[in-house]
Amino acid sequence: MKRDDLIEYSLDAHHDEEKGKEIRKKIYKVTILLTIVTIIEVVLGAAIKQDAAIWPIIKWTFLILTILKAGYIVMVFMHLGDERKWLRYVILVPYFIFILYLIFIALWEATAIKSVLVYFS
Amino acid sequence: MMWFFLVSDALTFGGLLISYGFTRHDCIVAWPIGEETFNSLPFLGHGYPLLYVALMTFILIISSVTMVLAVEAGHRMDRKGVTKWMIATIIGGFFFVGSQAWEWYHFIHGSEFGKIELADGSVAIVKGHFGEIKNFTVTEAGHEHKKGDIVKEDLMHTFQHAAAAGDITNGIITLHDGSKASITKEKDHDLTLIVKKSGSVNKASKEKRVIKGAKAEKLYYDALYSGEANRVIYGANLKQNEYGPQQYAQFFFFITGFHGFHVFSGVVINIIICLGVVAGTYHKRGHYEMVEKTGLYWHFVDLVWVFVFTFFYLL
Repeated sequence: MKRDDLIEYSLDAHHDEEKGKEIRKKIYKVTILLTIVTIIEVVLGAAIKQDAAIWPIIKWTFLILTILKAGYIVMVFMHLGDERKWLRYVILVPYFIFILYLIFIALWEATAIKSVLVYFS
Repeated sequence: MMWFFLVSDALTFGGLLISYGFTRHDCIVAWPIGEETFNSLPFLGHGYPLLYVALMTFILIISSVTMVLAVEAGHRMDRKGVTKWMIATIIGGFFFVGSQAWEWYHFIHGSEFGKIELADGSVAIVKGHFGEIKNFTVTEAGHEHKKGDIVKEDLMHTFQHAAAAGDITNGIITLHDGSKASITKEKDHDLTLIVKKSGSVNKASKEKRVIKGAKAEKLYYDALYSGEANRVIYGANLKQNEYGPQQYAQFFFFITGFHGFHVFSGVVINIIICLGVVAGTYHKRGHYEMVEKTGLYWHFVDLVWVFVFTFFYLL
């Protein structure tokens, strides 16, 4: 019996040599980009001490570069950018809502706990 | 389904990293700094901040690229291409796991100087080049060694063990058999103390935390040779570590260990799928969807590392 409950999405993901060349070109581009970003991060991390005045800017630069790297990995390497729109949102939207809330609440609480610890130490 | 598994796994890692951030944020003593903690390279010793972990990151990114090339080859039904790129991915994975083993070994083993509690109660980590220990000359006989014996084996280990146990007083080391010996050691170079916790004299404040030169040397060896136990801590375990607060090492072991386990299982899954590719299972099936699914998992492992790298090593 032929099963009709399986969605064989890969069947429409076949492509020919021409398209393959194009895709590979994109992959190599992203590789170079990720490498450059990593090099920048390491150079900044090694060169600038955490007590430098410019550190807060560097910290945010790290965070932005990390998100950038993560974005390229998810969207290009994991093909989430090529998935159907609803799948993309089902995955990303709940995740971000939850994680942002968790970050907010954790840092907020940590600040409160720290003030208590400092008070008693 | 793979995506939903990955979302839940991402939540696990997100939770772990956020709890790390929580602990770091509410910690009232100085947290370890990546470039001060991780500055070694295999065969080359210390003084290379972040280079090793950058290499690890690069290896993982490249193995992610080879994986995506395998998936692309799968779309063209190019079995040879898939095999080639998957083998490259597996090799990259093994390299990463091996690198992490080295990193852990180094983290557990610690530096040659350790973390020291100075005479005034302040705590400092130590940077610089440790002068080699040449030998111990026995000055007072014990059960095993006679007076005048020169001990040449296992020097560093004996030295660190004795220093931590408080068995070195004024340059005279008490060996495990009860004999006493003087230490012949080359001079240290560029010994620098970085004060992490303030004492009554040395402060951990931004301007005053670095002590250099002869003063640093005197402070360090006065404390090391004080004859008091637990003045110095070498390396890391689950009870104490030389880098900073206890929780730091625990988070390090748990998060990088959990990630390393993911990489390891990723390698195993890749090998299984690669065998399937070689056997032609997916070719007969008409599509390489399985390669695509393992690819997703493998990229996810890379994705997690990007965040671990930022939060443990850069910030």
